[in-house]
Amino acid sequence: MKKQPDNRAVPMSAPACPVPPTNYENILLAHGGGGKLTADLIEKLFLPAFGDPALDERHDGAEINIGRIRLAMTTDSFVVTPLFFPGGDIGRLAVYGTLNDLAMCGARPLFLSAAFIIEEGLPLKTVHQVADSMGKAAKSSGIRLITGDTKVIERKSGNDLFVTTTGIGIIEHGLKISPQSIMKGDKIILSGDIGRHGTAVMACREGFEFETTIESDCAPLWNQVEIMLRENIEIHCLRDLTRGGLATALVEIAETSGLRLEIEESLIPVSDQVAGACEILGLDPLYVANEGRFICFVPEKQAGAAIGLLRQSAPNAAIIGQATDTPKKDYSNIRVVMKTPLGTSRIIDRITGDQLPRIC
Amino acid sequence: MKFLDEFRNSDLTGKYLQAIKATIRQPWTIMEICGGQTHSILKYGLDQMLPDEITLLHGPGCPVCVTPIELIDMAIGIAGQPNVILCTFGDMMRVPGSDGNLLDARARGNDIRMVYSPLESLKIAENNPDKRIVFFGIGFETTAPTTALALKKAKKNRFDNYFVLSAHVRVPPAIELILSSPENRVQAFLAAGHVCTVMGYREYIPIAENFHVPIVVTGFEPVDILQGICMAINQLERGAAAVENQYSRVVSENGNSMARKLIDEVFETTSRKWRGIGEIAGGGLSIKPDYAAYDAARVFGPVVAKVEESPRCLSGKVLRGLIKPPECPAFAVDCSPANPLGAPMVSAEGACAAYYNYSISRQGPIGG
Amino acid sequence: MCLAVPGRIIEIAGADIERTAKVEFGGVVKQISLAVLPEACPGDYVIVHAGVAISRINEDEAKRVFKFMEQAAAANDESLSKDEISG
Repeated sequence: MKKQPDNRAVPMSAPACPVPPTNYENILLAHGGGGKLTADLIEKLFLPAFGDPALDERHDGAEINIGRIRLAMTTDSFVVTPLFFPGGDIGRLAVYGTLNDLAMCGARPLFLSAAFIIEEGLPLKTVHQVADSMGKAAKSSGIRLITGDTKVIERKSGNDLFVTTTGIGIIEHGLKISPQSIMKGDKIILSGDIGRHGTAVMACREGFEFETTIESDCAPLWNQVEIMLRENIEIHCLRDLTRGGLATALVEIAETSGLRLEIEESLIPVSDQVAGACEILGLDPLYVANEGRFICFVPEKQAGAAIGLLRQSAPNAAIIGQATDTPKKDYSNIRVVMKTPLGTSRIIDRITGDQLPRIC
Repeated sequence: MKFLDEFRNSDLTGKYLQAIKATIRQPWTIMEICGGQTHSILKYGLDQMLPDEITLLHGPGCPVCVTPIELIDMAIGIAGQPNVILCTFGDMMRVPGSDGNLLDARARGNDIRMVYSPLESLKIAENNPDKRIVFFGIGFETTAPTTALALKKAKKNRFDNYFVLSAHVRVPPAIELILSSPENRVQAFLAAGHVCTVMGYREYIPIAENFHVPIVVTGFEPVDILQGICMAINQLERGAAAVENQYSRVVSENGNSMARKLIDEVFETTSRKWRGIGEIAGGGLSIKPDYAAYDAARVFGPVVAKVEESPRCLSGKVLRGLIKPPECPAFAVDCSPANPLGAPMVSAEGACAAYYNYSISRQGPIGG
Repeated sequence: MCLAVPGRIIEIAGADIERTAKVEFGGVVKQISLAVLPEACPGDYVIVHAGVAISRINEDEAKRVFKFMEQAAAANDESLSKDEISG
């Protein structure tokens, strides 16, 4: 967004928000956390400012129709620290992250752009490693990185590099893959175990040692989606799990689709290492970031076939629940319900801000 | 994970539930002291499983919730001083002071870091000799020995740039306060298992006798809590009032004597204001004169806080078990984790937050 | 309060207040202080809070919780005595 020149008088029709978007004066880190504050920022500040119907889909990518060609477009910024972590680095994340957003629209990824903001003082060797990683990730995924930009900003900590990637893909099937396509009775399939990326990054930052290192699950998802499309699985919705974890993805989809989602805790795969790390820090794996996992909504009668296809490459894939109507009794705030291993139920909602390690 | 998974076993919880139902003959009100127990109860829906005759009240066992607002203001003030790195536990970051919280203070550019252990803050002090590192020491007696250890090591290694702002609190005086109140409804307690791991449970014997209430030292997993409730109900039905130890795999009558020695070496009992409740005699721990050079309260001086609590926040009543969070008119209406009026809605262990985040019955105020 | 987690001691180093252990929590290993648990040995299970081991876990006591199930089944009687409930 271009900055207004300082000497320009504010026109009469300048946007003025009658209701402050949040109660906060300044941006907090939590506004980028993927939880409630991020949602507020988008809903109450950005969407009204841009006012485009495509944004109302609230999906990771936007569909563009040009004649009979259906394209998908998406963009994402990557600000992870540390830049290198077990299982990945910011470069790989930047390529796969955007590729995956396209895959989640059911689009075959075709082209990528990459914009860099680099802090003065960052070793060139680091930039080289990141670029190299991006090149390899792009080539191995069959996507072409065709344009980009570079900016250098003043030295702050000498550590920072930010990447924004924008991707374009082509939609070659007739489905409309979006939360609005989900129907009552659809099964919810999870493509693998959760919590690796966030735990790996936090462990690396906090200096945990591991017997076997927890690795980020940073990986491309198009192949798994393509297999299902090719076998005529009628995919209703896809969503990759990133910041905010499985829980946040479910809540967002439930809200947009207007349906209630019911899941079972005992069906959700979590690796021993992630479980152990989360116990120590007091984190809930449901809310921990992932990078190579998605959920998919398919008609009940195709769920068995879909899970069979996914398990060819991901033995941990699991059917974790289903979409239902909101019941007559008005639990109006409650969109996602989880059955605990003890048979009781608890709600799943967005959390405010980042999940913080706790002592209590 | 061993010693965790077995205690989340649904067969076992089912059996204890049957035993509770078979033993109970009349309504009883039980308070679990510890925020971790509240968290577990709501996360696993144990309150949904229990027979209606049992009313569970949630106690003030959330040290983050009861840290006085003055100390939070002081921590924020200290963080704003030059060359200071303030270290704190994660769950303290969002608790509102008079004017914002530690997260806001960090957003303004102050160096505030989250740590998993006070020992990490000591390492930061070692690695940053030109800075003053202040650890915000919150927690009950469970955490006090870890803070004491950090101070002892600081003294031994002469890390003169290390300080602790002690907000530690003690559980037994709070229990006595609750039991002494004319509005008290609690008939039995589930005592905090990890506090007792350190302190043992001898202090609770006179309380059980004087007030004639059963006190069962209880763990945190679903099986522990249901067994603890079962033992409490059993005593209540028999008219007994003794201290029993459900969490015996970890707790002994005398606790951890080395940990207690460490606490005694570094801390002394003091009167402390518990947020929402008021001054509790003997309710806090302050740093002994021997360690004065490391005491942030002495070194950084008093803070004149313009204390502003929301008048709509009923956290005091929640912490004393007089109301449950959904009974507060502001619950889920004006007060939520995104816009907390008070501490129990902010802390992960706070009763209000636990209800908001987990409870299927979260529908807002009664009748709403 | 007091999030404390069970873990198994893998190896020990140092002495007195500098005594530490590598403790394994379900596949994750962390360095923990043993300053207040001088009697802890490799192989012991301990409860860890804020980076410090505060107690060993007594396996026999832990098993008592499960004995309850067998006793209840054997007695074939759902109403239990005090001893049976506390294991």
